[in-house]
Amino acid sequence: MTTSRIENPIIQVNDLKFYYPGNARALHGIDLSFPEKQVTALIGPSGCGKSTLIRCFNRMNDLIDGCRIEGEVILEGESIYDQNTDIIELRRKVGMVFQKSNPFPKSIYENVIYGLRIAGEKDKKLFDERVETSLKAAALWDEVKDRLQESALGLSGGQMQRLCIARAIAVNPKVILMDEPCSALDPKSTARVEETIKELRDDYTIIIVTHNMQQAARVSDHTAFLFEGNLIEYGLTDQLFVKPQNQQTEDYITGRFG
Amino acid sequence: MTKMKYMNRYWRVGEPMVWLSGAALAVTLLTAIVLLAVIMMNGLGVFWPSELQELRLKDGSQVVGKLIRSEPTSDNSGLRRQYKIANRDLYGLDFRWIDEDQIVSEQTPDQLLVLERVEHGDFYGVLKGLDAGTGNALSATVDDLSEALGMVESELGQLSELEDKLKAASYRIEQIRLKTLKLDFQNVAENDPDRQKLNDEKQVFSQKFGNLVELQTKRTEKARQARAIFVAANGQESEIVLADIFQVYAPNQMSISDKVVFYLKKLAELFVGEPRESNTEGGLFPAIFGTVMLIFVMSLFSFPLGVVAAIYLREYAKDGILVRIVRIAVNNLAGIPSIVYGIFGLGFFIYGIGHGIDSFFFPERLPTPTFGTGGLLWASLTLALLTVPVVIVSTEEALGAIPREMREGSYALGSTKFQTLVRILLPMASPGIMTGLILAMARAAGEVAPLMITGVVKLAPALPIDGNFPFFHLDRKFMHLGFHIYDIGFQSPNVEAAKPMVFVTTLLLVLIVLIMSSVAIHLRNKMKKRYTFGTF
Repeated sequence: MTTSRIENPIIQVNDLKFYYPGNARALHGIDLSFPEKQVTALIGPSGCGKSTLIRCFNRMNDLIDGCRIEGEVILEGESIYDQNTDIIELRRKVGMVFQKSNPFPKSIYENVIYGLRIAGEKDKKLFDERVETSLKAAALWDEVKDRLQESALGLSGGQMQRLCIARAIAVNPKVILMDEPCSALDPKSTARVEETIKELRDDYTIIIVTHNMQQAARVSDHTAFLFEGNLIEYGLTDQLFVKPQNQQTEDYITGRFG
Repeated sequence: MTKMKYMNRYWRVGEPMVWLSGAALAVTLLTAIVLLAVIMMNGLGVFWPSELQELRLKDGSQVVGKLIRSEPTSDNSGLRRQYKIANRDLYGLDFRWIDEDQIVSEQTPDQLLVLERVEHGDFYGVLKGLDAGTGNALSATVDDLSEALGMVESELGQLSELEDKLKAASYRIEQIRLKTLKLDFQNVAENDPDRQKLNDEKQVFSQKFGNLVELQTKRTEKARQARAIFVAANGQESEIVLADIFQVYAPNQMSISDKVVFYLKKLAELFVGEPRESNTEGGLFPAIFGTVMLIFVMSLFSFPLGVVAAIYLREYAKDGILVRIVRIAVNNLAGIPSIVYGIFGLGFFIYGIGHGIDSFFFPERLPTPTFGTGGLLWASLTLALLTVPVVIVSTEEALGAIPREMREGSYALGSTKFQTLVRILLPMASPGIMTGLILAMARAAGEVAPLMITGVVKLAPALPIDGNFPFFHLDRKFMHLGFHIYDIGFQSPNVEAAKPMVFVTTLLLVLIVLIMSSVAIHLRNKMKKRYTFGTF
């Protein structure tokens, strides 16, 4: 556990333990902090708890009946598992992009402003403006600007995923969680999504779960390696991939297991 | 060896299963098609004006009739034919079997007429003379007869206008009577101004009513003066009042195009006309109207109730033993015999709620029930109860088929459960929900048993919608095509004569179900196109 603590983190995880229904522990006490406006990648073999971990950051795990959580997650100085936490407010601050792209069966335009609409926003001008900025930020604007009113289900897989990113950006979150966003995409679409992530780095804190180590090396500033629910190593991406401190990390990134 | 191999492959690929499933589908389709074909063959031909035959028999007698069918005699010695000979008032029966070896000759003379009468069914015969009301009959042609009929018809038209006025007046008098009853119940004094006013009004309308009745009697008498004399096949003469004749035609003179026009006219009458002769003749409009309205009102109740219940079961209720029991109970509800629902409707809706409404809102009218008796509203509610499980099950399935990512995507953007439900889940589930509604409507359209004790009648005096305030009279009794089939097919005094109408009514009921579900399926496909994810 080399540099798991840094100055002024946006998210601070303290001794986080997570139990799935039936008391199956998926996380065994994670200590981790995420720097603001940087990209942090979570890598590790399947079932190591990466997804479970980031789903703790927007309390998506609350949807699972009978799960249990111990420890704390602090977002901008406030514990998100506090009784008084407004989950709606939290999820607006911490956006999420899923493994399988999930645009709603609505128009492209309506998909982007969905988050605003449910927040009670009615200003048409703001909608137009946000649609443009979000789609531009997600590098989708040029492809869809002439068919904003068409169904989002007519887009290609890569476009759908970028639309989901635009949808997350449209509500101005602080943090964007990405759960293997490129696992279902072809190399070309993957490249475009990665391009998008790099551009978003200046404005948002991004936490990305990935199976693809090249991808982690390409897009992230920091990388954390998880194994069987434990944090094994955490550090600057350049260092971790070149000179891993831990034998397990080295085995994993050189492809000896996983 | 190669044959073994081939057989092995044959079983492994599952060829027999393909054949079996194909055969099962073929059998179901075939039965449905045969059923429809039988109904259509019997139903579609009913209004065709087939020719009248004049037969001379070995015993010297003469018979006029329409050939219905022929079949081998019981001892298989030859064929026998069934003829519709009509003239029920003269012969006592409408149909007659004649052995073919009894027939000496058969002809189709042009001058034979068919009279559709208001009473006693059709009359087959030849025109002899016309009596314009003077008492002595003059010989006349068929053209003279049509002219006279036209005149009578215009008089009858005026009479029916009078009748409408009479109905309106009697409706007003009834309203005044009910108001007076209410005043009586409230113990309002005899000299109260309200009472005075009602009394005055009553006097005015009673006067009007009396005048109208007098006028009606006079006009009726006049309209019924003109008569015609006809000769039946057995030589018997029959004097028939022109006002009793609904229509006259000479089928043997008609060309194919004439017959087509005639057929279409009869078909139109079926849709817009009122039934005649204890429902065995005439139109089916009140029954069509009642059926459609029943299904419509039923949907208004069962659709929202079922959808909301399913939403609770699927989205809000915590999955546990209780929810599972409820789910099993809902599924079982669909298997309860419909008559049980009818009895429940009678006990709960009519005697329970209906009587409650009566004793609370209309105590002055008791013991005459207002809502405490069968009516469209109660029948609709009973059917709604019967169909609600179908809606619940399909809605639940439609909600369950929505991928989890959709919900998560919505929650991740900060939406509440309710917002997710309204904006994402319900639109996506709508094609499946529509499927449920289609099934429910089809089920409701076919139910008769529960209706028989919750408000369906053989002949309803008025439609459930009319021009009198409050326009929708859901407390009224109504007619229904399904009950109509049972009534004319099995309760009619002259079953043989009513048989064609049974097929026509069945055809119509099938047609209505078909139209309603086609509309619903069209709607569903539109939704499906918008929300591609639908799996139903």
